[in-house]
Amino acid sequence: MDFQLFPEGDGAILIEAGKEISLANHRKIRAIVSLIEKAAPAWMIEYIPAYTTVTVLYDPFKVYAKFGEYPYRYVSRYFTRLLEKAQPTFIPEPRTVDIPVCYGGKFGPDLENVARINGLTPEEVIRIHASGDYTVYMIGFAPGFPYIGGMPEKIAAPRKKTPRLKIPERSVGIAGKQTGIYPIETPGGWQIIGRTPVKLFRPDRDGPSLLQAGDKIRFRPVSLEEYQELEKMPS
Amino acid sequence: MIKIIKPGMLTTVQDLGRHYQKYGVVQSGAMDAFAHRAANLLAGNPENEATLEITLTGPVLEFQNDTLIAICGSGFHAVLDGKPVGLWRPVKVKSGSELRLKQGGTGCRVYLAVAGGISVPEVLKSKSTYLRARIGGFNGRALQAGDVLETGTPGEVSRQLAASLEYPPAWSVSKNMLPDYSPFPTIRAIPGRHHDLFAAESIETFFHEPYRLSQNSDRMGYRLEGPKLAVKAAQDMLSESVSFGTIQVPSGGEPIVLLADRQTTGGYPKIAQVAFVDLPLLAQLKPGDKLRFKKITLQEAQLLYIEREKQIRMLKGTIAYQARRRGTHAER
Repeated sequence: MDFQLFPEGDGAILIEAGKEISLANHRKIRAIVSLIEKAAPAWMIEYIPAYTTVTVLYDPFKVYAKFGEYPYRYVSRYFTRLLEKAQPTFIPEPRTVDIPVCYGGKFGPDLENVARINGLTPEEVIRIHASGDYTVYMIGFAPGFPYIGGMPEKIAAPRKKTPRLKIPERSVGIAGKQTGIYPIETPGGWQIIGRTPVKLFRPDRDGPSLLQAGDKIRFRPVSLEEYQELEKMPS
Repeated sequence: MIKIIKPGMLTTVQDLGRHYQKYGVVQSGAMDAFAHRAANLLAGNPENEATLEITLTGPVLEFQNDTLIAICGSGFHAVLDGKPVGLWRPVKVKSGSELRLKQGGTGCRVYLAVAGGISVPEVLKSKSTYLRARIGGFNGRALQAGDVLETGTPGEVSRQLAASLEYPPAWSVSKNMLPDYSPFPTIRAIPGRHHDLFAAESIETFFHEPYRLSQNSDRMGYRLEGPKLAVKAAQDMLSESVSFGTIQVPSGGEPIVLLADRQTTGGYPKIAQVAFVDLPLLAQLKPGDKLRFKKITLQEAQLLYIEREKQIRMLKGTIAYQARRRGTHAER
């Protein structure tokens, strides 16, 4: 597999496996992650996968104490050897995660706006949004926040000129050609089209993010009644 | 137990943070990890125990049992029952004692460690408070007047240290071990991954001209005011990891240094990365303070890192020795 290594300060190394967002690059990243998880060297602290990169945080002192070598040199050699063997084939089958969404109304104040921008009715926006073939490319920015690819461009909408100071947690929105879900309350400029009753960030669990890189997502429109019922269920 | 009489501006429970960044979970933890670790060691705790991070204006606290504490960091004077006590040393306190932390001098954060640590439930294996998601620490929030904090059971080293303090002279961490806290520090930084995307003049400017911390600075990051920086050609960047001390430059041209409560990923070009050993200097800056960056190589930064860790291990060894030598004697 082709990749390049870069230092990310004195305690991390960044592995870059491509330059653009694509399913092919995404598969490479998943293959790299599975190798890193299997190897789990004692000096590794954790890793952060993204669209085309994986950054491994490490403890330079532990590397030095164990191998008596300039830490970055050791670590870059280690990953060169580990990843040379990498084949983007042995990746687990993706899961499909069902995300119920109550579109429009008080939960989706910008639904009509998104419809108007694209010359569609709100119902058409919902149908198109719920029919996309979505992949979670990475989790980042905020706890459990998925960067999702695959939204049909027919419902793209620019960010709002003035960001809202508070977007309620679990809001579903559109920004440009992307769709996303806010796991926690944050300020933001996304066009908000609905809300999910499902918690994306579950700090009481060891796997605190509902979604993982690689997951497929299906947005399922639900009524307000079903939303309220689902919201009461434990996550 | 510790009762909060006055909370101060921002007092939170912190340890060294959580490692769930692959799930987008912010690391959090002590801003000045050196002071945090030293405070724990001086109270006889493991380095990662939960301490109180005290910011800008100090709290008033009442101890509800006899214990051993240590206060490390900069920017505060400590007053115990009306008498000044030193920072960077173990201090015995009696049940009913009142500790006041008064603002003064360079810096803005101190860490109060208590023998046995501050007892709060762990969230994702850490006791650190992350305010924006309201998780960790004391009910996910900053401390308020009337809060009562439980403390853990002191270990062997804490007990020996407390006993050793019966024997003068009092001792503290040697000054030359402490970071060079300053209101206008020179912060060493390694060129970042996107360093080459910046115009040559911008690189020159960044590593020479002073910057000032804006009012818009917090545990997530410091916005810096000063000469604007430009990339050679505008680029569409893909979001990727950022770390503690990453300096990114948004299109406006003024750099932002990312800190303990930073987001896990970002999409702005990264011009430089603060060397680990200088993060404590950064952590002590307050809005209005100035700083200057100095370029060093990755190899230099890692050597400094190793030296710093060796020093901390030495400090740990010295404390254990003091505790054993004088403490066991006192216990007999």
